[in-house]
Amino acid sequence: MVMMTYREAVQRALDEEMGRDANVIFFGEDVGKAGGVFKVTPGLYEKYGPVRVRDTPISENAIIGAGVGAAVMGLRPVVELMFADFAAVTLDQIINQAAKFRYMSGGQLKVPLTIRAAQGGGAGFASQHSQCCETWFMHSPGLKVAVPSNPADVLGLLKSAIRDDNPVVFLEHKVQYAEKGEVPEGEHLVPFGVASVLRSGKDVTMVATQRMVAVALAAADELAKDGITCEVIDPRTLVPLDMETILNSVKKTGRLVTVEEAPHIGGWGAEVATRVTDAGIWYLEGPVVRVTLEGAIIPFSQPLEDHVIPNKGRVVSAVRHALTV
Amino acid sequence: MIAAALPVDTRFHMLQRMLEIRHCEERIQELFLENVIRGTTHLCIGQEAVSVGMAATIDAPRGDTVTCTYRGHGHALALGLTLRSMMAEMMGKEAGCCKGKGGSMHLTDMSVGLIGTFAIVGAGLPVTNGAALAAQIRGNGAVSISIFGDGTPNIGAWHEAVNLAAVWKLPSIFLCENNLYGEYSPYETTAPVPNVADRAAAYNIPGVIVDGQDAEAVYAVVQEAVDRARAGHGPTLIEAKTYRYKGHSRTDPATYRPAGELEQWQARDPIHILAERMKADGQLNDQQFKQMDQQAQDAVQEATTWALAQPYPPVEAAFEDIWV
Repeated sequence: MVMMTYREAVQRALDEEMGRDANVIFFGEDVGKAGGVFKVTPGLYEKYGPVRVRDTPISENAIIGAGVGAAVMGLRPVVELMFADFAAVTLDQIINQAAKFRYMSGGQLKVPLTIRAAQGGGAGFASQHSQCCETWFMHSPGLKVAVPSNPADVLGLLKSAIRDDNPVVFLEHKVQYAEKGEVPEGEHLVPFGVASVLRSGKDVTMVATQRMVAVALAAADELAKDGITCEVIDPRTLVPLDMETILNSVKKTGRLVTVEEAPHIGGWGAEVATRVTDAGIWYLEGPVVRVTLEGAIIPFSQPLEDHVIPNKGRVVSAVRHALTV
Repeated sequence: MIAAALPVDTRFHMLQRMLEIRHCEERIQELFLENVIRGTTHLCIGQEAVSVGMAATIDAPRGDTVTCTYRGHGHALALGLTLRSMMAEMMGKEAGCCKGKGGSMHLTDMSVGLIGTFAIVGAGLPVTNGAALAAQIRGNGAVSISIFGDGTPNIGAWHEAVNLAAVWKLPSIFLCENNLYGEYSPYETTAPVPNVADRAAAYNIPGVIVDGQDAEAVYAVVQEAVDRARAGHGPTLIEAKTYRYKGHSRTDPATYRPAGELEQWQARDPIHILAERMKADGQLNDQQFKQMDQQAQDAVQEATTWALAQPYPPVEAAFEDIWV
């Protein structure tokens, strides 16, 4: 094992895959010479050169479209959108083109494209640079969606994404870039659709992604003081979604709390909840409780932002609520 | 621009394909009115010269590719999509080029270099850049042509794509079919420049205007742009001045057009122009032209009858080809 940061894991995955396969190319706004605005991709331009690593104009439609076209022709482009919020500028290329090309062409085309973007709040970036956007893409068949919560998963999932023949939206949490974690030495691949169980428990199942994983684990520590044990599951990818692991846990605990850093309506927690009720309603001993941004938009002012993003206290309350109803 | 005469075989091929496109489009319209074909359709009758002039420059085995808009039947046929595959796709049949899942607005046939016809205005140009980028990286000399209408330069993706192609010197060719109307709106009511080609100046690339009714003239300017792109000199914007004889789509009777405009353009019909030139050069007589016209009609009818007899895809196919 080696210690590395979340951002170093992104860089290592790109480096390893570009070194392994000459078809892997990488481009986006300031990702080359500048090494990315989040300083995630330094050295790649110098190592792989200006043909394979390119800085683009600020043109999200052109960036994703070039990725789609190059992927259709057999390359494996990784493109960066910088802030995930900017995906809204180019939803046409992502949802109408990348996701549907294979389907509309009757299976003639494949689009091995990886779209990287930094999402998430907590850094004072306000409403248009802080959203968690995963559900925009979950609702579009043809796209896979990865939401890694730690450096090892960043490395293993990004490498898998680049090798995948489907278009993948790879969402990194920007506040986690500096977080350190243990990463296996040598080749490390994490398959899509396999959740990780980070803590075992018998009273409540908690499902959380990205920065909310640490929040859920902290809440579990707090609740353990009162003898309440929580099972904490990180699905790691939302499409495909490992329902088997979640259902097996709920079968054991009978209670489900989801923790997501996104608005309530239509969040991924709603999808998990409905699939648990579909396949495992008899396991449930109470209603599913969801912790979300509620109806809020991420605000600028720190007390407001801190208030809307789920924290340990809110998760502890949610678990206690789940156990009492 | 007066184009050099093409070899007689190429002229015959272009004329035959234009006749097939014309009859195919007319048959498609009839089948829509008979409710055999559903949804919508965007016919290119009157614009056939752009399709065959463009297609004559494409070398699909080399890796050349094309993207175009939903007014794409003519381009697809000109590139070599078969009439049977086209008609079956129009009808949603399993034997269609996209197994019936694409339909009129979504034609793909990679065997002839057609990446796709795009139903979203402006969506094809960024994708053409990607294909051109792949060619540039591989150094195989391939090019990618994106064809679009006169309404497209008013959408943001157009500017992003032309700009990127110019900055990266991609082997992309941007070919506008200016048929005077963006949907129902006359060109001059939606654009501040008299010609689409004028916009090339903003991206420091060549902007060329060509008579879109003259297949040989279209071929000449597109070939020049292709040669330029293959040589690594970057993209060209071409504007072919042309006209659609029908409305924008199935539901549009085109009543917004001034009286006499259609007839004025029909007097410069692309099929007529090439046929008359071949007659003047002693390559074609009236009898031969009638035969070619009849052959095209027969081929379209044969493809229609064949497609009608083909099965629909099994319903399970709705859930196939979403993922690799």
